[in-house]
Amino acid sequence: MADPKIRIERVSKLFGPDPQAALPLLDTDASKAEIMEQTGSIVGLRNVDLDIAGGSIFVVMGLSGSGKSTLIRHINRLIEPTAGRILVDDTDVVSLSKAALRELRLHRVSMVFQNFGLLPNKTVIDNIALGLRFAGATNSRARDLAMEQVERVGLKGFEKQYPRQLSGGMQQRVGLARALATNAEILLMDEAFSALDPLIRHDMQSQLLELQADLKKTIVFITHDLDEALRIGDQIAILNDGSLSQCGTGEEILLHPADGYVKRFVRNVDRARVITVSAAARKMPTITCAEISIDKIARLLSAEDAQAVFIVDDEGQPTGAISATSVAHHTDDSYWRDPKHVLPVTRVSYDTILANALSDVAESEAPVAVVDERGRMIGAISRQSALEAMAGTNGPSNSAKC
Amino acid sequence: MADNFPDLIDMRAVRSAIDGWFNGIVSSYGQALETAFLPVLRLLNGIEDFLLWVPWFVLIPVVALVSFAATRDWRMPIAVIVMLFLTGVLGLWQPAMATVALMLTATLFAIVIGIPVGILMSFSNRLQAVMLPVLDVMQTMPIFVYLIPFVMLFGPGKIPALLATIVFSVPPLVRLTNLGIREVNPEVIEAVTAFGATPMQKLFAAQLPLATPTIMAGINQTTMMALSMVVIASMIGAGGLGYEVLQGIQRLDVSRGLFAGLGIVFLAIIFDRLVQAYGKRVQKHLEAGNT
Repeated sequence: MADPKIRIERVSKLFGPDPQAALPLLDTDASKAEIMEQTGSIVGLRNVDLDIAGGSIFVVMGLSGSGKSTLIRHINRLIEPTAGRILVDDTDVVSLSKAALRELRLHRVSMVFQNFGLLPNKTVIDNIALGLRFAGATNSRARDLAMEQVERVGLKGFEKQYPRQLSGGMQQRVGLARALATNAEILLMDEAFSALDPLIRHDMQSQLLELQADLKKTIVFITHDLDEALRIGDQIAILNDGSLSQCGTGEEILLHPADGYVKRFVRNVDRARVITVSAAARKMPTITCAEISIDKIARLLSAEDAQAVFIVDDEGQPTGAISATSVAHHTDDSYWRDPKHVLPVTRVSYDTILANALSDVAESEAPVAVVDERGRMIGAISRQSALEAMAGTNGPSNSAKC
Repeated sequence: MADNFPDLIDMRAVRSAIDGWFNGIVSSYGQALETAFLPVLRLLNGIEDFLLWVPWFVLIPVVALVSFAATRDWRMPIAVIVMLFLTGVLGLWQPAMATVALMLTATLFAIVIGIPVGILMSFSNRLQAVMLPVLDVMQTMPIFVYLIPFVMLFGPGKIPALLATIVFSVPPLVRLTNLGIREVNPEVIEAVTAFGATPMQKLFAAQLPLATPTIMAGINQTTMMALSMVVIASMIGAGGLGYEVLQGIQRLDVSRGLFAGLGIVFLAIIFDRLVQAYGKRVQKHLEAGNT
C-alpha cells in the first residue's frame, strides 16, 4: 500500500485507574485476564497496526468485546489512545488541538452509529443537516445540501417526518445521509447495519456498495457478521481481545486463517461465494498440439498425478483436454492429434467467484480451465478440487498482515 | 433541666457567635439587600396587580383556553372554569391571585436559578458530589428555619416569603435538570460530538431538548412545592390564601380555613395538570427515539 488514508500505528488502549502502569504488560504475552488481575486495567486495544487504503471499504471484525468499536472511535478521537499514533492523511489525530479536532470531525471524518444516534426532536431533514449546522451553515443552505442527501439515500417525501415515524432501515438511511452530508472523505460505520433485520440489512449493504461505487469514500466498517464483512469489505481486519489476529482480503482470510480464532469465524461461511476460481484451481499438465504423443501424455499424467492433460496453442490458450481415463483406450498418437477426439474445454477467467463457475464445473466433462486476462491457462478446476475448495481442506495456513 | 449528655462544649458561646455574626450581616448589609431586592418586589407586585386588574370573566376563559391548548381535550377547560369560578364564589378571588402571583414569581426565579445550576452539575461530577448533600439539606430542613434569617434581613413581608419559597422549591428542579441531562441517550451525545459540536451546540441541540421531559417534571414539582409553601409564607406577611388559612386557625374559624384550603387545592390541580399536559406535548417528539 503506497499511501494509506488512515494509518494506525501501535495503538493501545487501556481502561482503568492507571493505564500507563499496565502499558508495559501489553508487550509481554500476558493475557487480557492476567493484565486485568495484575493491574486492574481492561485491555481495549493492544498494539494494533493497520493501514487503511483510500477509496476502499475496510472492515474491522470481531466478537463483542474484541475492541472493534474502541478502535473505530480512535480515528475521530471519541476515545483517546493510551499509546500509539493515528494518522489521517498524515495528520496526527492524537496531537490535534480542540479546534483542529473539531475541524476534522466537521469536514473530514463522519460517522454512522449502530442505533442511529438521531435526534428524536428534529425532523429527518434537520437531522441530516446537523453536521452542516454545527459547521456554521445557515439553516436554508444546510437544508438545501441535506435535501441532496435525502434524495441520494431514497428518503424523498419523508424529510418532514420525525425519526420515530420511520422504520429502522429508514432511520439508518437518515444516519447515512447525515454522514454523507458533511462531504467528509472518511466514513466510520460502527455496526451500522447490525440493528436491522436480515432482509433490510442486505438492502442496506447493496445501497452502500452502490453509493461507494459512485462516491469512492474511505469507509471503515465495523461488524461482527462475517458474511457482511465478506460482502462489502475490500480488506478485512479481525480483532481478538484487542489484538489484530489477521488482516487481508476476504479470500485470504477464508483460505489462510491465521489462527484458531479466525478459523472459528470462517468455519460456517459459504466459501464458494467468496473465493475465486484461482483458489480452487489445480496445476494441470499442458502440452502443445505438435508435442502430442501417448508416451508424453502418460508421463505427464503419472508425474503430476493429474486427471487430464490440456492441449494449448502457441499463446498458451487451452484448446482441448485428454482425460486420464480415456487415454488408455486409444494408444495411437495421431488419434489424439485430431481435435475431434479431444474433450472440449470450458474456460473461466481467474477472478470469477467460484460459486459462479460451479455449473460449468458440473457440466463439463473435462476439468474447467482457469485462464488469465489474456486467455492463457493458469490451472483447472475438477469437481474434486471445487469440492475441496468449498470444504476448506486445501492450502497451508499463513497469515497476511496489513 | 437534667440532661444526661455531658456539656463537652459551651454551646451558648457557639450560638451567640453565630447569632452575633448574622446580626452583623443584618446591620451592615440589611439595607443594601433590601434595596437590591426592590425590583423583585416590584415584579411580584406587578404580577399580582395585573392578575387583579384583569376582570375575572376575562381571566377564567383565558386560563381555560390555555388549558385546552395544552391538553387538546374539553374536560380540562371545563374543570378549570368550574374551579376558578368556585374560588371566586367562595370570596377568595383576591387572595387567590396574590398566591398565584407569589407562586409564579417564585417558580420563575426557581427556573432561572435551578436550570443553569442543574446544567452545571450535570457537567461536573465534583460539583454534583458537593451539590447533592446541599440539596438534601435544603429539602429536609424545616421550612420555618429559613424564615428566621430572611425575616431578620428583610423584616416581615413579601420579599422574605418569596425568597424562602424559592429556596424551598428550587431543589427538585436542580436535581431533575441534572438527572435529565445525565440520562440523555449516550449514543445521541456521541453522534453529536462526532459531528463536531461545540459543548454549547451539544447542550442546545441535544442535551436540553432530550432532557426536557425530565426538566418539565422538575418545574411541575417546583410549582407544587411553591404552592405548599404559601401557607407558611403567609405567617411572615405574604398574604394570599395562606393568610386566610392562618386566620382560620387563629380564630378557630373552620369554614374560613376549609374554603381557603379548597382554593389552594384548586390552584394546585390547575397548575399541576397544566404543566404536566405541556410536558407531555413536548415529550411527543421524543418518544421512541430509538427502536
